[in-house]
Amino acid sequence: MSASKICVVVVSGSLERLQMAAMVASVGAVSGQEVMVFLSMNALPYFVKGNTSHAPHEGDMGKLMATKKVPEFKTLFEQSVELGDARIYPCSMAMDVLGVEQESLEGYLQNATGLTKFLHDAQDGQVWTF
Amino acid sequence: MAEKKIVDGRGSFCPGPLMELIVALKSAQVGDELEVLSTDKGSASDIPEWINKVGHEYIATTEEGGVWHITMRKKK
Repeated sequence: MSASKICVVVVSGSLERLQMAAMVASVGAVSGQEVMVFLSMNALPYFVKGNTSHAPHEGDMGKLMATKKVPEFKTLFEQSVELGDARIYPCSMAMDVLGVEQESLEGYLQNATGLTKFLHDAQDGQVWTF
Repeated sequence: MAEKKIVDGRGSFCPGPLMELIVALKSAQVGDELEVLSTDKGSASDIPEWINKVGHEYIATTEEGGVWHITMRKKK
């Protein structure tokens, strides 16, 4: 395994955290690093197909970003997969709580994985949590 | 024959211009020159860093009227 593997754990549903997580994942992936993303808690609902709700901002920066031409976090996550071969895993526990099936999630997500497997795969990489 | 392509990332914020460059690189041929236009100052320093890291040829960065022109050549 590569020592430069980046593991991104996203649990927040706030715009600033989702944006930063997407930036780390996308730039890391297109820079030749192995990237794994784990989507759980309040982050996962945004990846249910058809969910067009906007992530609420935490502070002034998020409010300002919404008025600028900042790439959307979902676009960046998708580009991390398409342009950089990142792997994005929905958390199986969050899916159970939400009551959603794999088919309901965006097509660029991998099959659901549990925390035990993700932690095992992440043990030799950097872990970034948002 | 090598071509020169313009990637217009003006108005977009980091990492938008970089992502637009990478999309353009997918359809470019080895040897082609690409010039990214960006109004995002951070991208003006980040994009050359990325070009060097992944092994393309960084040519130059110039700034004119608040627009950065970053030129590179596709090497692989």
